[in-house]
Amino acid sequence: MFSGASNMVEGVDRAFAVIFGIAIVFIIGISAFMIYTVIKYRRSKGHEAKQFRGSLKLEILWTIIPLALVMLMFYYGWIGFAPMRKVPPDAMKIVAIGRMWEWEFDYGDGRMSPELVIPVNKPVRIDLKSEDVNHSLFIPAFRVKEDVVPGYNNFLWFTPYYVGEYDILCTEYCGLLHSSMTSKTRVMSQEDFDIWLDQLAEAAAIPVPEGLILLRNTGCLACHSVDGSKLVGPSFKGYWGSERVITENGVETSITADEAYTLKSIYDPNSQVVKGFSPGLMQSYTDVVSEEDALKMIEYLKELAGEI
Amino acid sequence: MNNQPGDGYISYLDYQGKHRGILSWLLSTDHKRIGLMYLYAVIIFFFVAAFLGLAMRIEKMAPGPDIMDAQTYNGIFTIHGVIMVFIIVIPGISAIFGNFFLPIMIGARDVAFPKLNLFSWYLYITGAVLGVLSQFAGDGPPDTGWTFYVPYSAESATNVIYALTAAFILGFSSILTGLNFIVTIHRMRAPGMTWFRMPLFPWSLYATAWIQVLATPIVGITLLMVIAERTLNIGFFDPALGGDPLLFQHLFWIYSHPAVYIMILPAMGIVTEIFPTFSQKPVFGYGAIVISSIAIAAVGYFVWGHHMFTSGMSYWSRWFFSFLTFIVAIPSAIKVFNWVSTMYGGAIDLKPPLLYAISFIFLFMIGGFTGLALGSLATNVHLHDTDFVVAHFHYIIFGGMGFAFFAGIHYWYPKIYGRMYSNRIANIAWGILFAGFNLLYFPLFIIGIQGMPRRYFDYLPQFTTGQVISSIGAFILISGLILMTANLIYHRKRGAIAPANPWKGVTLEWLIPSPPPHENFVEIPEIKHKPYLFAKTEPKE
Repeated sequence: MFSGASNMVEGVDRAFAVIFGIAIVFIIGISAFMIYTVIKYRRSKGHEAKQFRGSLKLEILWTIIPLALVMLMFYYGWIGFAPMRKVPPDAMKIVAIGRMWEWEFDYGDGRMSPELVIPVNKPVRIDLKSEDVNHSLFIPAFRVKEDVVPGYNNFLWFTPYYVGEYDILCTEYCGLLHSSMTSKTRVMSQEDFDIWLDQLAEAAAIPVPEGLILLRNTGCLACHSVDGSKLVGPSFKGYWGSERVITENGVETSITADEAYTLKSIYDPNSQVVKGFSPGLMQSYTDVVSEEDALKMIEYLKELAGEI
Repeated sequence: MNNQPGDGYISYLDYQGKHRGILSWLLSTDHKRIGLMYLYAVIIFFFVAAFLGLAMRIEKMAPGPDIMDAQTYNGIFTIHGVIMVFIIVIPGISAIFGNFFLPIMIGARDVAFPKLNLFSWYLYITGAVLGVLSQFAGDGPPDTGWTFYVPYSAESATNVIYALTAAFILGFSSILTGLNFIVTIHRMRAPGMTWFRMPLFPWSLYATAWIQVLATPIVGITLLMVIAERTLNIGFFDPALGGDPLLFQHLFWIYSHPAVYIMILPAMGIVTEIFPTFSQKPVFGYGAIVISSIAIAAVGYFVWGHHMFTSGMSYWSRWFFSFLTFIVAIPSAIKVFNWVSTMYGGAIDLKPPLLYAISFIFLFMIGGFTGLALGSLATNVHLHDTDFVVAHFHYIIFGGMGFAFFAGIHYWYPKIYGRMYSNRIANIAWGILFAGFNLLYFPLFIIGIQGMPRRYFDYLPQFTTGQVISSIGAFILISGLILMTANLIYHRKRGAIAPANPWKGVTLEWLIPSPPPHENFVEIPEIKHKPYLFAKTEPKE
């Protein structure tokens, strides 16, 4: 707390201080009073319970004082929050795309980055788009969070104060790999940022294979890596043409990863599951991926195996 | 008035009705037997869900997969939530202690509709069994979380429909119990028991029953809409079908926030009975406690939006829901002050029920104040959907409702079974439970503030310390639970015979034998004075 990494930190942390300050006084005060009462008035001979039933004065007092205190807390919460909805007109605009289970940041003109890279001391507005279910973009150090809801134009904004790296987390449960849907914010000087953005533009100029775009947009890459790392499903690297040990109807057999097998894996994924992976995790992509698109994906898988 | 054991006294446990053996329970319309059938079902499900909770804590003892994969973890936190919320805490106190003690405390022989009452129990069991089936039948355990947020719940390939139907049926059980209690309280109070001579546990059940009747149908229809969306592709909520995902969240929380008061109001009712008895002193501020119960039930309807502060609601919706959330805190604060003042000046006997009731206040205060940090707009943005929320609602539901339930079972055990448990073991179990509880949940506040999101199978290395401490707490907590329950089960048949009134209580249940006879009263008592009259003569106010 109190690191002040963005312009939102002060307002939020002040509200924390007010609420927790009042809370600690009351929790300790009332607990101490209870302990005192239990000891002082413990049942013993010659000591009788007093039989009073209430006091209007006290009831009024302990209605009004808490009322005043909660209004104070509400006020600090409100003024800490109000600036979060007032975006400066000169804020830099970036679109954050949430999909199961990765973040992507769109800088316009096809410039896409898996990390949020921003210049220091410059207000940035992040528009939040979901391609599938609800997500939520959370950067704890900046005290900002807003849900990424399909069909909604949600946003958040902030001004980062220090150069550095900060965690990005997804805080709306979104299925299997929700807890892996993390990324980084890299805050850099304006000069470094300009260089980085130029490099991003150069990378954007190299055409991305159509099959890869399809794999990414369909969400395949969330479970199947292209670099050989083992995720929920087998990696696509070195997949094409390889010998697969699969379980079909409870029987282990060997099969070559060809077009027929690949199509079957897309449309009827649980019938032939590769050894070492669990059935039931992948649903059929019938009606989601057309046969034409599937063939484009296969073209990319061939490319990945170095066949083309 | 003669309600002491006489020649014809047979306790409800020995009473022979039309049926024998197990059927004398399963077909009984006696509110006391139905209350106990709920109790046994709740205990069984509670331990199932508690061990699922322990499994999650074991998984989180180290970053990365330890004892299960992500899909299993997501299934476990879903069924843990579904069982705990819909099968245990929502029906819990109303269905068990409400059924058993509401008629007795207002001087009635049973609830207004005994057959409907038995039917509610069967609905409850059907819903509960369906919830369990969702784990085994079809396409794998549901993985949506107990909140069933759309679009994910409309798209998940798992067995979501079973869980939705289970919650739907459990909702009807809750509605019928609420209806039964409202009619019972309106129509069946003993002669002379005016509304303001009624004890406060029945008052809290009355406020609760109205929430059950008015709010539950909304979640019922919402769950049906999700089922329609999954099976018929009707686009209520999924934007891909032209629906609105936030509509689901609104409809869900319109019920599920008041549901928190369905859980906590009867819990407050229990401790409101315990403080006067163990202080031998009238409850302080009877009128204030009644009004605050009704205020909580009424204002509690209009604060649901605080579950959605980061969902993209309009600026002024956020403002409005935050404001009302702070307002609804006041009646709870008033109750705390009145409970503490009830003890003040009394002759306090620190028996296990009071020990649990006092720790209820402590844990409820922590849960309440951290709730204010969540109700405040600025801090909510940071805390929303982090482990801070998990800690907060476990302090309210487990520390509040749970500890009040434990207080209640230790308070009424001698009345229910006519036996005493071991005070010493009950105190030791309390100590283990209390320590384990705080060790388990308090670290979650801290890692939550540091940014640890909830419903995470895995976590970043900076959260390891808090997670490990929390997991150690889980083992301690479970041991305390087992010891506490073993003490109660062991002494059920072997404990010392309990007198009719072991704690010197003054509400009606203490005037009849332990255990009570079938139909409770030989002669319906006439109520001639205000409740909680401990002294023979009471000084004028």
